[in-house]
Amino acid sequence: MNEWLDPLLLSRWQFGLTTVYHFLFVPLTIGLAFTVALFQTAWVRTDKAKYLQLTHFFGKIFLINFAMGVVTGIVQEFQFGMNWSDYSRFVGDVFGAPLAFEGITAFFLEATFIGLWIFGWDKLPRGLHLATIWLTTAGSIASAYFILAANAFMQNPIAFRINEERGRAELTSIGELLTNPIALASFPHTIFACFMVSSGLVISVAAWHLLRKQHEETMRPALKLGMWMMVVSGAITTFFGDSLSLAMTAAQPMKMAAAEAMYETSTGAEASFSIFTLGTPDGVSELFSIRIPYLLSFLSTHTLNGTVEGINNLQAQYVTLYGPGDYTPTIWITYWAFRWMIGLGIAHILVAVVGLWLTRGGRSPQATWVWKIAIWSFPFSLVAMSVGWIFTEMGRQPWLVFGLLRTQDGVSPNVSGVEILISLIAFTLIYGALAVVEFKLILQAVRKGPAPVAEPDPVSGKITPQVTVY
Amino acid sequence: MELNILWFWIIAAMFIGYFVLDGFDFGVGMSLPFLGKDDLDRRVIINTIGPVWDLNETWVIVAGAALFAAFPEWYATMFSGFYLALLVILLALILRGVSFEYRHQRPESAWKARFDLMIVVGSALPALLWGVAFANVVRGVPLDAGYNYIGTFFDLLNPYALLGGLTTLLLFFTHGVVFISLKTEGDIRQRAQKLAVKAGIVTILVAATFLLWTTFAFGSLATGVFAALAAVALIASFLANLRGSEGWAFTLMAATIAFAVLTLFASLFPDVMPASNDAANSLTIENASSTPYTLQVMSWTALFAMPVIFLYQGWTYWVLRKRVSRTTVSAAVETAVH
Repeated sequence: MNEWLDPLLLSRWQFGLTTVYHFLFVPLTIGLAFTVALFQTAWVRTDKAKYLQLTHFFGKIFLINFAMGVVTGIVQEFQFGMNWSDYSRFVGDVFGAPLAFEGITAFFLEATFIGLWIFGWDKLPRGLHLATIWLTTAGSIASAYFILAANAFMQNPIAFRINEERGRAELTSIGELLTNPIALASFPHTIFACFMVSSGLVISVAAWHLLRKQHEETMRPALKLGMWMMVVSGAITTFFGDSLSLAMTAAQPMKMAAAEAMYETSTGAEASFSIFTLGTPDGVSELFSIRIPYLLSFLSTHTLNGTVEGINNLQAQYVTLYGPGDYTPTIWITYWAFRWMIGLGIAHILVAVVGLWLTRGGRSPQATWVWKIAIWSFPFSLVAMSVGWIFTEMGRQPWLVFGLLRTQDGVSPNVSGVEILISLIAFTLIYGALAVVEFKLILQAVRKGPAPVAEPDPVSGKITPQVTVY
Repeated sequence: MELNILWFWIIAAMFIGYFVLDGFDFGVGMSLPFLGKDDLDRRVIINTIGPVWDLNETWVIVAGAALFAAFPEWYATMFSGFYLALLVILLALILRGVSFEYRHQRPESAWKARFDLMIVVGSALPALLWGVAFANVVRGVPLDAGYNYIGTFFDLLNPYALLGGLTTLLLFFTHGVVFISLKTEGDIRQRAQKLAVKAGIVTILVAATFLLWTTFAFGSLATGVFAALAAVALIASFLANLRGSEGWAFTLMAATIAFAVLTLFASLFPDVMPASNDAANSLTIENASSTPYTLQVMSWTALFAMPVIFLYQGWTYWVLRKRVSRTTVSAAVETAVH
């Protein structure tokens, strides 16, 4: 068969493409729902025009982005069955339940109340209308929990038994499934990273306007909120990133070894963390590297003299356990994705910390380069988020469900390479075109800046918000 | 009753929810070229479903996830078997969804026309293809011993399935046009009423043929009862429409769609995906379902969550009960921010 028409390869590309793409919109949706809810709460409590302006302004960006998250999400729900039918048959009894919970409890909540929020400005009392954006936020956060719990089963399968006769995994405890240690760590890690992404957007947008010395009355408070949110969420994300790497080392030692591209088992100072490595082109030996001794030991075991297992050792163990085969992920991807996630994450937390210092007590830096760096916050946070997800999923390879089902055994046996090539091309073209449209629309909304709102009512002092129409 | 039998009917209920709700969204979308004389008309039409299309569409996500959890084999066989048809549905839903949100972001008429086209096509294709897909499930498709579909895409385009597709297309079209008459005021409301009568006649003829075919070729007594109820509701809806009772016409269209879905599920029972080549390869409620434990967990969740969902979704429709008119839309456009 023509190797370009290999259904496994094409299905993997398609899943990777559609998932990475979907996951560009989701973090911003989750983070911005929360941010907009904060602005609207500030408006309801203080009646200050600037908070209503910020609610409308970031609300508009939120909605442009939200639509993309919704429509690309349906693809996710369908393609387990379409492209990975053997996987679906194998895990459905376990993996399906959290997906169904996600739909019933989270998606309905989010999809219903977003509609009421968009169109309810003149139809609901203020307090109730405020509740709709908070319920949308709650729905989006709950959906993240269930999908991460489902994903955690793939990383660290628990709460199941194998039914040999039916050839499938069967759920034994829903409580255990939903409290998978990987899920308990990855949920807060991911949610606060989502808040970093939305803070990144707020900082970038505010810095862009403040550099041009416009919309200062709204953009200064926005910048302040964005930077504080970035610092706080950055700290929490880092904390749970650490918990996650501990849980991950216990469940998937190969992923940690691959994150560090560490071939030999090392202890203490030797278990160092390399910030940068230049290797020979064949990737076998190292030419140059910057290393922090003990750090990898600390990340993996929380002790300085811990032992971290190397790739070669693990590979040998897995061959004994699971039979002949290659059990290593693609090392250069995991190695660099892990570094870019941490590096960009720390970089834009630092931008916010420095920013808070430079703008303390109403100061405004005159140097334009300060603002120009701040504008990079959003792309940094989005890329950090994306490579983090790529790391965790590529680090799971060659397994679909770690230790139970290989990726090659999960693909639909009856869908042809030609069919998948058609769908891959269709998704690529449509997703590509929509990305351009969405990017332009968001840019247009950002450039316009916050629109003025109505004058407050002379008697009550309250402002009538603007209504929405399609 | 066994839990997997209960879940067979819960899946039916979820698809009823999806087709009744997103069904009128599809109809509203398809009616743009028939009822939208100018941009303001088209905005009025789109705004009738503006706040609810997302919640309506979510029913298919929930139905899909529930199918995955309760009947993994059914989900796997149907979704991989109908690969290209589902791909078209997905692409259509993507284009339709973003169009609602993006159409009004720029004033140029070329911009709007592009998104209008995507709304029409993005509504018509799923309305047609869902019928084709479900008719094929009822008719039976060739499956191997591992329950994998072994036919081709073109095998799915047989006369019975195409008639099924035409039936859902027309049912949803009429449903949507009736919804517009219920949700608008003035001239457009009257034009929608007239169009619903015309569309109703064609719908009755096509749907009746499909329901008869289903009952006699694949049906049981239960199928016949549901098909008869669907036909009665459809004709009653048509009569209500003639008398100008929009509320009744809409309720009866919803009942028609519900009974039509029940007709299909009753024909399937106790299979979920009959194999046309060898009955031994058929997927049944028994061999396609999850374990009693998983179904039990899901049942408790549904028992507690579904009443709450009905309450807040019903409340949402009540909050949004006001009719949309040219006056309200153009006034809102003046001050709109989104």
